[in-house]
Amino acid sequence: MSAGTFDFANVDWSEIGQATLDTLAMLGGSMVLTIALGLPLGVILFLTGKGQMLENRLANGALSLLVNILRSVPFVILLIVMIPLTVALVGTSLGVAGAIPPLVAGAAPFFARLVETALREVDKGVVEASFAMGAKRRQVVLGALLPEALPGLIAAATVTAIALVGYTAMAGVVGAGGLGDLAVRFGYQRFQTDVMIVTVVLMLVLVQILQMVGDAVVRRVSHR
Amino acid sequence: MITFKDVSKTYAKGGHPALSAVSLSVAAGEVFGVIGASGAGKSTLIRLINGLETPSGGQVIVDGDDVAALGVEGLRALRRRVGMIFQHFNLLSGKTVAQNVAFPLKLAGRPAAEVKARTAELLERVGLIAHADKYPAQLSGGQKQRVGIARALATGPKVLLCDEATSALDPETTEQILDLISGLNRELGLTIVLITHEMDVVRRVCDRVAVLEAGRVVEEGAVEDVFLHPVSDTARRFVREADGEIVTAPGVGGRLVRLTFKGEATYKPVLGEVARVTGVDYSILGGRIHRLRETPYGQLTLALTGGDVAAAIKSFEASGVRVDDLTGEAAR
Repeated sequence: MSAGTFDFANVDWSEIGQATLDTLAMLGGSMVLTIALGLPLGVILFLTGKGQMLENRLANGALSLLVNILRSVPFVILLIVMIPLTVALVGTSLGVAGAIPPLVAGAAPFFARLVETALREVDKGVVEASFAMGAKRRQVVLGALLPEALPGLIAAATVTAIALVGYTAMAGVVGAGGLGDLAVRFGYQRFQTDVMIVTVVLMLVLVQILQMVGDAVVRRVSHR
Repeated sequence: MITFKDVSKTYAKGGHPALSAVSLSVAAGEVFGVIGASGAGKSTLIRLINGLETPSGGQVIVDGDDVAALGVEGLRALRRRVGMIFQHFNLLSGKTVAQNVAFPLKLAGRPAAEVKARTAELLERVGLIAHADKYPAQLSGGQKQRVGIARALATGPKVLLCDEATSALDPETTEQILDLISGLNRELGLTIVLITHEMDVVRRVCDRVAVLEAGRVVEEGAVEDVFLHPVSDTARRFVREADGEIVTAPGVGGRLVRLTFKGEATYKPVLGEVARVTGVDYSILGGRIHRLRETPYGQLTLALTGGDVAAAIKSFEASGVRVDDLTGEAAR
């Protein structure tokens, strides 16, 4: 690697800084909404499943199908297909705001499935014991099921956040801004390899931090 | 306190019944055991008492309420009067010992000060006050079951259901937990229903026992009767498991009898006395001396030869010893 090729002369650090902030904003905004939508969706998927307290084949089948459809559409396609809906929701399909609806649509079903799996891991005996103590369904879900699944839920959120980092980069393709956008416009289209390297390293650092923080929190809340 | 009236339970439509035509009653303040092999329907039976299962037929009456007829609120109220402990403890792993014990009180919406005081009192009773801030994973099996017991007692129940509560514990811990359960029965007047596959558990703590086989009650009675004179094959099998084989006498001549000594008679030198007086010789083929709760008892299987066997049997009976003729039974 000679100094002449990679002297980072093409790198505009203020632009990198702005792009990093945009990526963080997309990640933060879509993560909050992904949890807000995906958590209840995952809980309902679990509760309406076979042998569970709200067993309902029709509701479970319909939700499951919706989740599978959203999960089977490649994210790049979802980004484009959703443009009219995105414009209707946030007024634009560009920038951070325009990226958030497709990001949430891509990540929430994924997170919901992980939530469902985490809830299945909870010992059924704990649920039975809660009912035996006179708990209402709501109390069983909020007081026993979700707290017992907490380590699994946090691990699920970590995996989802990391998947979202990748999605934000793809969102750059349709003008969302952020590090992925820089990587595509400068690193790829203008052959500015140094810009590509900086953006990839920054995303790597972001993923690494998310994983470490997620693991640390899981350790903190797990008492098994 | 608890009455089963012709109760049946079938899980899958047209499937094999888990329970059929079960009628039982458990009096207030007694320790009632249900023994059976796995799959006999014990778990279903105990879960009918607090409405975790609903009967397919018949009625379960608990503390005056028909469990199946209770609404959601009525059932919740009943469950606060009926505590339950489990084989695998079923504690909340993310909550501390104190939080686990406080959980049913919080579910019932009791004020914080009361929850705190009651939790401390319960932990004191089960001897875990020093472990209040630990998590279940840091406790031994016996300690976990103590947490389970404290939690089950939190709402001040009249009935305690024990679902194989000692099956996951080692013998020494089992003894401690059974002592604790007996103590609750004596001191709080708690009615206790316990299900188990171990006759030893029944012998140590129960007043009465029902033997369950393939969803039916095949034998029911005072523990000493079922234990000393089991009638059904299932009951016999459980007694043999607990005490070992006592009727094996291939090729031994004479009259085969089983003597049962209970209470005071257990310690009297009856055998020698009767042999001297009637001139009967005896060979001891098997025997056991044990305790049913507080009552000592002994059982001996003898082959009686020579002398006046009939007179010997009369003298045994006269000294308060029960005699069962096993001559016809030896082939079993």
